[in-house]
Amino acid sequence: MSEQQTITIEVDGKKLEAAPGQMLIEVTDAAGITVPRFCYHKKLSVAANCRMCLVEVENAPKPLPACATPVADGMKAWTCSPLARQAQKGTMEFLLINHPLDCPICDQGGECELQDVAMGFGEGVSRFSEGKRVVASHDIGPLIATDMTRCIHCTRCVRFGDEIAGIRELGATGRGEHMKIGVYVERSVSSELSGNVIDLCPVGALTSKPFRYRARAWELTQYDSVAAHDGVGSNIHVHVRNHQVMRVVPKDNEAVNETWISDRDRFSYQGLYTDDRLQKPMLRQDGQLREVEWQQALLEGAALLKSVDPARLGALVSPSATLEEMHLLQKLLRGLGSNNIDHRLRQTDFRGDAANPATPWLGQRFADLENNQAVLLVGSWLRKDQPLLNHRLRKSVLAGGQVMAINPLDYDFNYSLSNKLIGAPADMVGHLAAVAAALGADTAGVNANAEAAHQAIADALKAAGKGLVLLGSVAQMHPDYSLLRLLANNIAQAAHVDLGFVGEGANSTGGWLAGAVPKAGEGLSFAGMLEQGLDACVLLNVEPEFDTANPAAMAGLLNASKVLALTTHLSPWLLEYADLVLPVAATPETSGSFVNLQGDVQSFNGAARPAGEARPAWKVLRVLGNLADLEAFDHESSRDVLEEALQSIGEIKLDNSLSNAQAVTARLVSADLQRIGGVPLYSVDMLARRSGALQHTPDGWKAGLYVCADTASQLGLVEGSSAVLRQGDGELTLPLVVDDRVPGNCVWMPTGVPGSELLGEGFGTVSLEKA
Amino acid sequence: MANEVCLRTLHLDRSWLLSTYESEGGYEALRKILKEKISQEDIIETVKTSGLRGRGGAGFPTGLKWSFINRSAAGDKYIVCNSDEGEPGTFKDRDILRYNPHALVEGMIIAGYATGSTAGYNYIRGEFWEPYERFEAALQEAREAGLLGENILGSGFSFDIHAHLGAGAYVCGEETALLESIEGKKGQPRFKPPFPAMFGLYGRPTIINNTESLASIPDIIRQGGEWFRDIGVENSGGSKLFSISGNINNPGVFEIPMGTPFSELLEMAGGMKDGYNLKAVIPGGSSSPVLPAEVMMDLTMDYDAIAKAGSMLGSGAVIVIDDRQCMVKLLDRISYFYYEESCGQCTPCREGTGWMHRVIHRIEQGQGRQEDMDLLNDVTKRIMGRTICALGDAAAMPVAAFIKHFREEFQYHIDHKQCMVGGR
Repeated sequence: MSEQQTITIEVDGKKLEAAPGQMLIEVTDAAGITVPRFCYHKKLSVAANCRMCLVEVENAPKPLPACATPVADGMKAWTCSPLARQAQKGTMEFLLINHPLDCPICDQGGECELQDVAMGFGEGVSRFSEGKRVVASHDIGPLIATDMTRCIHCTRCVRFGDEIAGIRELGATGRGEHMKIGVYVERSVSSELSGNVIDLCPVGALTSKPFRYRARAWELTQYDSVAAHDGVGSNIHVHVRNHQVMRVVPKDNEAVNETWISDRDRFSYQGLYTDDRLQKPMLRQDGQLREVEWQQALLEGAALLKSVDPARLGALVSPSATLEEMHLLQKLLRGLGSNNIDHRLRQTDFRGDAANPATPWLGQRFADLENNQAVLLVGSWLRKDQPLLNHRLRKSVLAGGQVMAINPLDYDFNYSLSNKLIGAPADMVGHLAAVAAALGADTAGVNANAEAAHQAIADALKAAGKGLVLLGSVAQMHPDYSLLRLLANNIAQAAHVDLGFVGEGANSTGGWLAGAVPKAGEGLSFAGMLEQGLDACVLLNVEPEFDTANPAAMAGLLNASKVLALTTHLSPWLLEYADLVLPVAATPETSGSFVNLQGDVQSFNGAARPAGEARPAWKVLRVLGNLADLEAFDHESSRDVLEEALQSIGEIKLDNSLSNAQAVTARLVSADLQRIGGVPLYSVDMLARRSGALQHTPDGWKAGLYVCADTASQLGLVEGSSAVLRQGDGELTLPLVVDDRVPGNCVWMPTGVPGSELLGEGFGTVSLEKA
Repeated sequence: MANEVCLRTLHLDRSWLLSTYESEGGYEALRKILKEKISQEDIIETVKTSGLRGRGGAGFPTGLKWSFINRSAAGDKYIVCNSDEGEPGTFKDRDILRYNPHALVEGMIIAGYATGSTAGYNYIRGEFWEPYERFEAALQEAREAGLLGENILGSGFSFDIHAHLGAGAYVCGEETALLESIEGKKGQPRFKPPFPAMFGLYGRPTIINNTESLASIPDIIRQGGEWFRDIGVENSGGSKLFSISGNINNPGVFEIPMGTPFSELLEMAGGMKDGYNLKAVIPGGSSSPVLPAEVMMDLTMDYDAIAKAGSMLGSGAVIVIDDRQCMVKLLDRISYFYYEESCGQCTPCREGTGWMHRVIHRIEQGQGRQEDMDLLNDVTKRIMGRTICALGDAAAMPVAAFIKHFREEFQYHIDHKQCMVGGR
């Protein structure tokens, strides 16, 4: 049967074209014919259990469920004939008999599928006069509120766990009327995609816990936006009441996020409304930050910028800043004569800068991830770092593809890795070189010893018609990133597979395009700024203690320079080091654009009112440009800024190829005890870190020093005992946690989490002892 | 003419042993097939000729079912025997497992051969511990005699059988729920299509037959399809096991030719107990529509006769009811069973069985309302034909039939808040 073949069916007397094998409901949906349904969902398997979509089909003795009836040429169906209507109304009555009439206090009220369908198919008065069913609800965590009495047993949430999230956490137990949906094991739901069951649930059984009782659906205004917490750029709807963000829900975009969003994109908005949100500009006077009016603040800011030697002026910009903000900031800096700007704030190894690819990106379109036969992850917990990219990769595994990993921690995935090499961070280079050697590729001067596992990885990549070597966030934070990058490049070339980068934040690709990096040979990288110091440092939405690779060095930089911070929140370090802080709008409060990891430029409008006197950062930067007497800072709207930025970028050419990469000597050497860094998924940016709900999930960082059982016993430490970690001049005392995902002679202590500001960079030699 | 097929060894001492079975012609059919290399087509044709229809209740022609499987498809294919026997009133398969397990073993091997299957599973009702042990012992005997396992009787044909004990869910007698249960999942019927012949156990082509159907196979092969067919009547070939229970003197299992008059079966079962009069009969297990005495006494026990009277032969579970019994109370109990045993997967059955039971229970308790019977009738119509599996129909049919034939008893309960027959 050729793919193009179409057949003709007739529904309600209308001739419709269909593809063989399609279900009737897909054809009627495409034709705009309404068939009521609850259990059917286009992204989930067919269950046919709700019986709401029963329709009449010619020659069928009984009404058939449209969701599970494959079309056949010449088929005739009626969706609203007396038989179909009688069946649909019958099901409706059954669904309502045990459903509580608590719509007035139900969060789903007004956007409830059951309510909507009941308007069309239900009766005004119930014939059911017996006692109604009541079902106890369990606490399944901080994100999802449960009211299981309202459940209509459609099992969408169960199928979601099984088919999309890849972990069976919710399930149906009990029989008949006693059947109930709950967690199998009495604990909270842990999937990083769990919030999607809130959208899937057609009734008010599963609702958003942080949103609970905050607003009614009809009081909300919906704005289209783009999520700001990973490189996917998931399309979202921001729901606003009284100019405040009430919640975030997904917007369909098949090419980007399909119909899902990650929990991080859904719940980070909580971080917008915290006590440390900066409300007014503040200027350091007599050693104290004091509130000042905008006019004074801007004049002070411009004066500061003009007063310093441009060579000693630098800017650090969040990789989640908008393209417009990045463009104006680099324009401001360069207008002042400085080329010292960077957005690579978690990178520590800049030795490969001369060989940098022009515009690093994922290396493949998101949808193409599903077609890989072999993927090698290098230093990546993709499942938690980029949940929806991992979802695409999971589909490739379900289709028979392999995913392999070289990681410093035995991260768990929601599919099985066909091969994994877990070892101390210093061993990653050797493992990667061994894979290169197994492929006969250049090992960049690293001594390589290919064993069976390396050979297996090499063979899988080589045999793959489509494959990918993906450098994750941990690789990019690694002290030998330039070496890992070169080896990954050599492997990809030898195996004829793609090379990809998983950038930081929502706009790392945009950072490269907008020029939020020093041009080759001109200006200082982030590392250069740390090394040489600055007289004045501009921070754009950077929380210096948590958003930078080496807090110890960062503190030195801030201490020795004037600090001008444009920021949404006033963190303790800004309070201590900043000379001028300007409150700016967070992403859902400002208009802007992000370039995601596949190179899509996605623009959005502001959805909510900025907190206090905060202004969109692009406006602040524009005025600073004016006050600094620079040319061409006369943009009227963020659209003007975008147009200017896109004009200077020209055609977007995504390009991961390295030019003349030079081999370097590994900096990280084996040691008695090495630190493993990285950033936990809910510690990536200011908003996520401030979302109380996310922090209380199992993925929220639990303070501790994590070692494996062997290392703990070698050090004479036991679980829960207080231990002190020393790195350089820094030290940190926390309880010891035994976690066998950590390799021997290593301690897992990420950056971006409370306590990490007392230490240096995420990887390197440390010592650990009893406190 | 009784006990000619499945219970053929019943008159012998220790009828369940291999030696006893072989003394009555046991395993001759299998030996003949393997020795003469009888083709799969010929075996299936013989079964078709026999007129054997599925003995689990649906009455689907067994030979036709076997012909649905793609015998030449590569990979594993399975024969599954349904010994879940959960229908209230039915207890015939238990006696096959207890007294003649080798007939089933041989029948499964022949079915495996005829359909090109690689293994068989026997799903045995969770409460059947003794039958389970008998069946396991029979498998062991057959394996030791070279009749089961690798390279059976040196023929090159290999086939093994595994027994699987259920855990007490009625719905697991539904063939696709049974497959789910074997796979270790929650026992819930699958939506069909795809049918098991295409996508069955572990996603492989699978044939599922009732215990009695499979245990009839060896004699059909040994004595011929015509021989079996001629025992019975038109459209209902062979003999059949009837489990007869209720207000009779001698309840039990009787293997008699299809088409035997009900009155004869009642006589074999010792007639009505304590001299009370026959009021009604449920002819094919609790889900089949009840029939009044005067209808029943004129019927013969075969598929067509009972279907014509508006009920079903079902699994052959005959429940005899005398005139002391309150039909409201009886229906209350039956509806409670289906309410408890609905798997809960699809809406009409999950919600409707509880609704019906509560209304019937209310009537029985003297809380009935005038509109209740019309309501019940309407609810049955909204369940029947609307569910994934037949359990919904099974729950609704008795309600509709009890009200149809004994409406005055329900009306009396509603009007007088007490029972017409019990005086309560």
